[in-house]
Amino acid sequence: MLELKGVSVRYGNFTAIQKIDINVKEGELVVLLGSNGAGKSTTFRAISGLNSVHDGKICFQGETISNLSPDRIVRAGIVQCAEGRKLFPAMTVYENLMMGAFVHRKRKSRMKEALEMVYELFPILQEKGHDAAGSLSGGQQQMLAIGRALMAQPRLLMLDEPSIGLAPLIVEQMFEVIQQIKQSGTTILLAEQNASAALKIADRGYVFENGSVAVQGTADELFADEKVRRAYIGA
Amino acid sequence: MSVLLNRRTVVTGLILFAVLFPFVTRNDYVIHIMTLSFIWMIGVYGLNLLAGYTGYLSLAHAGFFAVGAYSLGLLTVEAGVNFWLALILACLFTGILGFLIGMIALRTREHFFAIYTLCVGYIIYLVIYKWDGLTGGVRGLIGIPAPSNIGPISFTSSISQYFLVLFFLLLTIFFIYRIVHSLTGRTFMAIRNSEDLALTLGISTMKNKLVSFVLSTIFAGLAGALYAGFVRFIGPDIGYITITFDLLIYLLIGGIGTMSGPIVGTLLIVWLSQYLQFLQDYRMLVFGPLLAFLIIFYPWGIVGIFQQWKQKRQARKARSIHQEENRKDEVELDAGVSADQEQVREG
Ligand SMILES: Nc1ncnc2c1ncn2[C@@H]1O[C@H](COP(=O)(O)OP(=O)(O)OP(=O)(O)O)[C@@H](O)[C@H]1O
Ligand SMILES: [Mg+2]
Repeated sequence: MLELKGVSVRYGNFTAIQKIDINVKEGELVVLLGSNGAGKSTTFRAISGLNSVHDGKICFQGETISNLSPDRIVRAGIVQCAEGRKLFPAMTVYENLMMGAFVHRKRKSRMKEALEMVYELFPILQEKGHDAAGSLSGGQQQMLAIGRALMAQPRLLMLDEPSIGLAPLIVEQMFEVIQQIKQSGTTILLAEQNASAALKIADRGYVFENGSVAVQGTADELFADEKVRRAYIGA
Repeated sequence: MSVLLNRRTVVTGLILFAVLFPFVTRNDYVIHIMTLSFIWMIGVYGLNLLAGYTGYLSLAHAGFFAVGAYSLGLLTVEAGVNFWLALILACLFTGILGFLIGMIALRTREHFFAIYTLCVGYIIYLVIYKWDGLTGGVRGLIGIPAPSNIGPISFTSSISQYFLVLFFLLLTIFFIYRIVHSLTGRTFMAIRNSEDLALTLGISTMKNKLVSFVLSTIFAGLAGALYAGFVRFIGPDIGYITITFDLLIYLLIGGIGTMSGPIVGTLLIVWLSQYLQFLQDYRMLVFGPLLAFLIIFYPWGIVGIFQQWKQKRQARKARSIHQEENRKDEVELDAGVSADQEQVREG
């Protein structure tokens, strides 16, 4: 479904990711692991079209997307929920969700359908519909960010560190929800530092180190990998 | 509901005030100044759409104001076009120029955008100043006709001009209000909030920024055209940077990114300037510190102060209702305790 072939991205002279090969199949949940600054977010930004690809190629459903503008990529079905719960704090929860459905703004029935699905996944968002997004708790804000991304009804959802800064109990809920989203048929690419929790729900994974893929394999393989355990799971 | 009613009364009251104003003062000079400030407000609303709601601080707006003014002036004086047609063409021409400049300017961001547009504004000024053959250069353009009659209505008296400009101001406010409260408006605000975030939602930021830029310049052009028809004489000075900064000061003092900021800021500064005229250029000694103070402590201007105060009051009210309930509980508790004591005594 999604294929990165030898993708490199630079910030000025600094090469943030180098010759990355990633492959995500329809219906999979693939996780990108790696410590701070390893290049996970940069990879996401490249897929979303926010950073231009310096070298290599990104294909989605057989078509090259590495030269498309970000809004075209969203319309093609790839939506990213960026790190740090970026919301519109002054807008209400409902308005935030509606902004997420921007690409379907002319198809009211699709917007309604998406909204119902999001409310089913996150009932709290319906309850707090008229509250300002900025007044929500950290966990609720993360739910809103994911909910908003889902409003575009993506084929491929990219979640960048959804569990960061959340209380352990909320983290658990978050991973449950991610699994539910996967079961509803959405392909997911997840970036995480919480390797043990992520590998529990993932099908496959890639471990990033200094901008390139160091290890890759199925979730079980990675979980069993001595090096991965030592570096990211701490056992 | 009460908020809505409240807002409706305020708006109706303001419109009523504006309509009755010339009959109350009956002073031509006061009406003249008021009409001028309405014209500035139209320009400030245009600037607000771009700088306030979309987050792109343009410093070229005096240029677009002058383009509107000179388009109307040249079309009526040199080409003999009817005033109303010239007014439409002036807005159209400003919009087209805005489109072309926006296409390039909007590739920059933040202070680069501000500096770029500052240069654009200055170039427009220079073109007007130097292109003697077309614009009359320093001599300016004289003999611009007043708005031509519509049926029996003529626009020669100061009161009729006042109402004409008021009409366009209300139209502008209505239009801006509708945009700001539409999906397009929310798109602008999304761009102001974070362009990357807007992009990840599938918003074509370039297209939307361009829409905002063009609309913004059209309002500046409309203000300029109305100015030309009202003052009937224009010189290159109306395109100079100081006008841009005037508009910006009105906006910042009133409240950038607010719906009523342009009205509040323009009225306040224009009338304050009138009262402080005896100070001449030393007026800036008053405005400068005022502006600095506001920007540091109240970045959303006077309207922002008011909104903050209202929010605090609401919060306090909510808290006091809460406390009231608590106190009632306490009183009941006290009553219970004393009743108990009474019983003990009786026993
Ligand atoms: N805008 C930028 N300009 C310059 N360098 C950047 C920029 N953004 C990221 N980098 C650098 O690129 C490298 C990869 O960063 P990236 O954000 O992709 O890492 P990450 O794996 O997402 O890390 P984290 O877990 O902290 O989110 C880092 O060394 C970072 O310093
Ligand atoms: Mg990151």
